[in-house]
Amino acid sequence: MAQVIHIHPVTRIEGHASIAIHLDDVGRVSDARVEIAALRGFEQFVIGRPAEEIPRIVSRICGICPWMHHLAAVKAIDGCFGVTPTPAGHRLRELCQVLAHIHDKILHFFFLAAPDFVLGPDSDYSVRNIMGMVRKDPELAARVVRMRQLGQMMLERFAGKAIHPVAGVVGGFAKPMSNEERQELQRDAALLLDFASFALDYAKDKVFGRFQEEMQSLGAITTGFLGAVDAQGNLQLYDGLLRLMHPNGKSVDFPASDYELHLSEHVEPWSTAKMVYAKSWREGFSLDPAAPKGIYRVNTLARLNVCDRIATPRAQAELEAFREQFGRPAQGTLLYHWARLIELVYACERTLELLADDAITDSAIRNPATPQAGRGIGHVEAPRGTLIHDYTTDDNGCITKANLIVGTTHNIAPMNLSVHQAASSLICDGEFDEEMLNRIEMAVRAYDP
Amino acid sequence: MKPKLNFEWLHACSGCEISMLNWGEQLLDLFDQVEIVHFPLLMDHKYGGQLGEGAPLSLPEADIGLVSGGVAHQEHLQVLQEMRKQCRTLIALGTCATHGGIPAMRNQWSTADTLHTVFTAGTVDKEISPSSAPAFLDRVYSIDEKVRVDVSLPGCPPQPQLIGAVIKALVNKDAFQLPQKSVCETCPTIREGKKKMAPVQRFLHNADYDRDQPVSEMQCLLEQGLVCMGPVTAGGCGGKDTPLCLQARVPCRGCYGPVQPGGNQLLDMMNALASNGIDHRALVDRKSLLRFSGAHGLLKPARKKN
Repeated sequence: MAQVIHIHPVTRIEGHASIAIHLDDVGRVSDARVEIAALRGFEQFVIGRPAEEIPRIVSRICGICPWMHHLAAVKAIDGCFGVTPTPAGHRLRELCQVLAHIHDKILHFFFLAAPDFVLGPDSDYSVRNIMGMVRKDPELAARVVRMRQLGQMMLERFAGKAIHPVAGVVGGFAKPMSNEERQELQRDAALLLDFASFALDYAKDKVFGRFQEEMQSLGAITTGFLGAVDAQGNLQLYDGLLRLMHPNGKSVDFPASDYELHLSEHVEPWSTAKMVYAKSWREGFSLDPAAPKGIYRVNTLARLNVCDRIATPRAQAELEAFREQFGRPAQGTLLYHWARLIELVYACERTLELLADDAITDSAIRNPATPQAGRGIGHVEAPRGTLIHDYTTDDNGCITKANLIVGTTHNIAPMNLSVHQAASSLICDGEFDEEMLNRIEMAVRAYDP
Repeated sequence: MKPKLNFEWLHACSGCEISMLNWGEQLLDLFDQVEIVHFPLLMDHKYGGQLGEGAPLSLPEADIGLVSGGVAHQEHLQVLQEMRKQCRTLIALGTCATHGGIPAMRNQWSTADTLHTVFTAGTVDKEISPSSAPAFLDRVYSIDEKVRVDVSLPGCPPQPQLIGAVIKALVNKDAFQLPQKSVCETCPTIREGKKKMAPVQRFLHNADYDRDQPVSEMQCLLEQGLVCMGPVTAGGCGGKDTPLCLQARVPCRGCYGPVQPGGNQLLDMMNALASNGIDHRALVDRKSLLRFSGAHGLLKPARKKN
C-alpha cells in the first residue's frame, strides 16, 4: 500500500525542515522532498528603513552566521551610498568574517554531524548527539566546547557582539583594533589553528576512514558548483569573483553584481524556500532525479571544487591531498564534511595572516557616507554558501527594494536530489527502520542547512 | 531523577540557542544536571514518532521548557501549545519570544503583501504562491499572546550567563533575580546633562572618541547626537560590563525590548528625546524604534488610502 514517511523535523541541522518520502504500492520510493515552511519576509520589512540600519536588521536572518548577513548587507549599502571603505575597514571586516567561520565549522562538525559517525548511524536517537559524545569522550568534548566558545569570545571581545554583530558600518568599521587586542587575538588564533589541524586528523581517523564508502555514495548526485575566487583563482570567503562550474567541469567567472545574468530563483508549491538555479546554462530548472536541470551546489565542497588553490600553506596541502583522492570536481555529498574541516584550517590561517599585518591596527577605519539613491549588491561566502544582498535606495537613502539570495537556498534543490537518491537506495520493498531514516537525514546534514 | 528539559524554536534565527552554547564548559555541567528530552538543534526526538509514522504532534513531558522565537504560523502555534501542556515551567527565551523581535517588523504589512513581495522579489522566474501560504497567521505574535509564560528572558540574543543562571536556579529550585536596569543605567559613558544634547543624526559617521581611552571616557552617544535607545531598553546584555554595542562604540538599538515588560519603546523614546529638547521629526522611520517589540499589536499595517 502506498504510504508517506515523515521525518519531522529534520534534526541536528541549523534551521527548520522536514522530509516527506512517498512510497508507491510496491514500497518503492516514488518521491522524496525536503520541505521548508519558514518564511520571515525580510525582503518586505526592510522597505522604507534607512539603509545604514539594514546590516543590524538582516543579521537576524541567521543566528549562526549573523556576521555573513551583516557584512553582505554592509557591502551592499556601501554600494548604494557610493562609498568605498578604508583599507583597515575592509581588513577588520574580513577578520571578523573568517573568525565567524571558525565557530560555525566547529559547531557543525562536532555538535551536529559527528554523532552520526562517532556513535554510529544505528545508535539510539536518545544518545546520538553531543551529550552522547560527552559521555563517550569527555576530554574531546570539553576541548570542542572550549574551542568553539573561544572563536565566539574573540569576536565578542573585539567587536562587542558576536551574535547579531554591530561593528560593520557603511563606509568601514566602528572601532579600531588596539595592539593589545591584536596580540590577544594572535595568541588565541594560534590555539584555534592547532585545534583545526587536530580536528582534521581526528576526522580522517575516526570518521572519513571508517565511512569510506558512505563518503562517496550516500546522497551522491552529480551537479555543478558555485563559489568565490580571487583573480588568481585562490579560494576567497570575504570578497572576489563568483565562479560557476558546470557539471562538465567548465567554469565561468563573473562579479557578484552580475548575479542576475547567471542565476534565477524557482518556486515550488510545496516549499516556501526559493530554489536558485543556473539560468545561464539555458536548460531551465528540473528536480527530476533522472534528468536534473540547472542544478549546482554551494558551501564548503563547492568552494574547494571551484578554486584552483588555497593561498595558505596548511590548507593548500590538505586541498592537494583531497584532490589526489577524489578528483576535481569531487561529487560525494558527505565530502562536504571533509571540505568543511579544510576550510576550518584556512579560516584559522587567514585569521593569523590578517593579524600579522600592522595595517590591521590603522586608525582610518571608516569613510563618512551620505545617503543617496542607488543600488548596491554585496556578496560574501557564508558557511552555507554564496550569500548575495541586493538593495535599492531612494534619494533619502531609504530602502525601496531588496533581493536576498542566502546560502542555503542554492542547496535546496540539490538537497532534494540527495534525499531522493539516499531514500531510493536505502528503502526497498517498503522496508525501513530508524537507522535508514537517520542515514537519509545524514545526506541533509552534510549540506549544513 | 534528573529534571527533564525541552527546547523549541519557533519564528526565530537560532541565535538564542547559539548564545546558550556560548556558555562554554559550564554547558557540560548543564548536560550533566538535566536530561534533554527534546531539542531539535542538538538531538533527534521527532514530533510524530521516530519511525516517520506522521502521528499527531507530541512532545515529552519536561520540568523546564525553553521557547525561542515568536508565533507566525499554524505549526508554531501547535508546537507552542504542546510545549505549554508538557512543560512545568515555560521560559520565553529571547526578544522574539517576549516581544516579537525583528521578525515582527513584518507586522507593518499584511501577510498577503509580504508573501507577494517575497515570491516576486528580484530573480524569481515566475510568480507562484506556496500551498502552505494559508497556514501563516495574520501577524507575528510573541508567545505570551498565545500561552501563559512563567519566565520572560529577553535579549537578542539573551546573555549566556543569564540563560545558564536561570536554568540552574530552576534545577536547584532556587530563587533568581532578572536584571531590572536600563541599558543607560549600566552604561559607563560620560553624561554631561540635558542642555548639551546635539541634534539627532543618522549613524553615517563614527562616534567621537579617543581610541586609546576606555568607553568610560567617551561622551554619551545620545549627547553626541546619535540615536541611542539605551534609556528605553532593558539592560543586561553586557553582564556586569559595558553594554555590548557600546563596547563596539555603536549606539543601542533596543534589542532587549522595553525596560518594563509592557513598555512601548517608540513612545518612551519620543518622550526621552522631547524631554531633552530634541525634535522627533528629525528621526527618519520612527517605527524602527519598535523594531524589536512589534508584537502585542504595537506595529500594524498602515491604513490603505482609497
